[in-house]
Amino acid sequence: MSARWRVLVGFAVLLALLPLVVPNSFVLDLVNRIAINAIAVIGLNLVMGYAGQVSLGHAAFFGIGAYLSGVLPSQYGWPPVAALGAGLAAAGGLAFAVGRPILRLKGHYLAMATLGLGIIGAIVVTNESRWTGGPDGMPVDALTLFGHGPGNEKGWYAVLAVALWLTVWLAQNLVDSPVGRALRTLHGSEPAAQSVGIDVPKYKVRAFVVAAMLASFAGSLFAHYVGFITPQVSSFMHSIELVTMVVVGGMASVWGSVLGAALLTALPQLLADFEGWEMVLFGGLLVVTMVLLPRGVVPTLARRLGGRARA
Amino acid sequence: MLSEFLQFLFAGVTSGSIYALAALGFAIIFNASGVINFAQGEFIMLGGMVSVALAAAGLPLPFAVVASVLVSVVVGIGVEKGAIEPARRAETVTLIIITIGASILIQGLAQVIFGKGQHALQPFSGDTPILVGGASLLPQSLWVLGVSAIVVAALWGFFNRTLAGKAMLAVSYNRLGAQLVGIEPRRVWLVAFGLSGGLGAVAGALSAPITMTSYDAGLMLGLKGFVAATLGGLGNGLGAVVGGLLLGVAEAMTAGYVSSAYKDAVPFVLILLVLVFLPRGLLGARSADRV
Repeated sequence: MSARWRVLVGFAVLLALLPLVVPNSFVLDLVNRIAINAIAVIGLNLVMGYAGQVSLGHAAFFGIGAYLSGVLPSQYGWPPVAALGAGLAAAGGLAFAVGRPILRLKGHYLAMATLGLGIIGAIVVTNESRWTGGPDGMPVDALTLFGHGPGNEKGWYAVLAVALWLTVWLAQNLVDSPVGRALRTLHGSEPAAQSVGIDVPKYKVRAFVVAAMLASFAGSLFAHYVGFITPQVSSFMHSIELVTMVVVGGMASVWGSVLGAALLTALPQLLADFEGWEMVLFGGLLVVTMVLLPRGVVPTLARRLGGRARA
Repeated sequence: MLSEFLQFLFAGVTSGSIYALAALGFAIIFNASGVINFAQGEFIMLGGMVSVALAAAGLPLPFAVVASVLVSVVVGIGVEKGAIEPARRAETVTLIIITIGASILIQGLAQVIFGKGQHALQPFSGDTPILVGGASLLPQSLWVLGVSAIVVAALWGFFNRTLAGKAMLAVSYNRLGAQLVGIEPRRVWLVAFGLSGGLGAVAGALSAPITMTSYDAGLMLGLKGFVAATLGGLGNGLGAVVGGLLLGVAEAMTAGYVSSAYKDAVPFVLILLVLVFLPRGLLGARSADRV
């Protein structure tokens, strides 16, 4: 068994045992939210960490999944699973359509374009209140397949743990495949990648499409899990949260994405006790972490441990 | 017809001037250090909120405004010293996250100190509208336009006529070359952040009587400033001013003739179109890839 599979099996065992040590449904709820965020963050890290392309508008794709899962079942009678599939198709299709012109841009211009895309998404969702309920948000039907649904937090945990494990497996396969090598090459140097025959725009767009679909998947799961969505899911701040999870956990590290999602989902809960000072502490911790660990937590630790634990 | 058009034009040029000042803040910091400072909007917010708080505490308005500019200069320098300088070697994305962290920190402090409410500053010289060609113009709009024009002229003089300004330009053209002739880049970064902080606060104090202000007012203004700076070509001072005015007018015309609900989307649609066809902005330099 290869090292990668040993780690994946270990992760599966960890996920299976986790509910035994979780003390109450409040913490289990937190774990579930972490799993949902981790799925979106792993996707975003493929674009940012491996392909080296900044995206400040990823919440737009999260919002596509969340709102299609919200609107299609309750207003058009679609089965939730079909709505989830529609979200995947819409997010992937949009990423494919805008990917080529946008990913041609470099550095801050790319940041600007993706940011713009994200904000337009948030404004559309806020204004089209016929379907989305506007700024007040809308309730979402329960997730069911052939009349069965996950039900309570425990049922959801089972669904989300499987979804997260599959996402990690998919991402690691992708990273270790020729596609992943092509992405890392073009991250290093686009002219060099081109000179060895890598179709740079094609690979960037592929990574972008996969990331968009994972974000939409996470958005659909979020909508059904929480049962209520507001334009916040596709807001600029949510895009920033996702980027922050990628960078704090560690760029180009699948496990870093999981850790980043865990840290930044749990942190606001921990800070909730410091009433009124949450923002100050959150902003301060963010600055301090990035100044001290500019490469993110997992890559920095991996390096300290002598490079044995490959991220 | 004409009066309606003039009315929208006045509104557009007024908000455009604010965007231009915000964009200049982005451009100055970007030129000096290559950093996109996402905390720029918070400087604008501080200009408005500190002025409001000090005026409410009984300080005469001119002193309150000047004090708010000073506070913002100090905060700008603090951001550079505390967050940017220790992370100089970090990647672009890391620096973006750091300035966003600083922005959240400043917003949080403003929320603790000033509360969550919306505030309006009193207009600098009354609120009796002036009629021009059938359209009404607020005296505060004249303040915005006048002060913005003076600030832009002063900046032009600073960068083209003074040694300190030329030193800053030198660092943006070639950091190593500038160091060789005895310019200390770290001081240039500090001045750039202080200057941008002050600029932001001027914009914030000027616009607070028109648009109201609150602890979270900086986000959208900052993002639009970033759009304006990119529209004109990042790091181009003239481009920032043109980009800001263009953005304000386009926004006001859309709100007036098309849909006010989608007013806020205008800058972002515009920038996407521009970037697709002109990947370096309207006035940006053409450049080749370095291999």
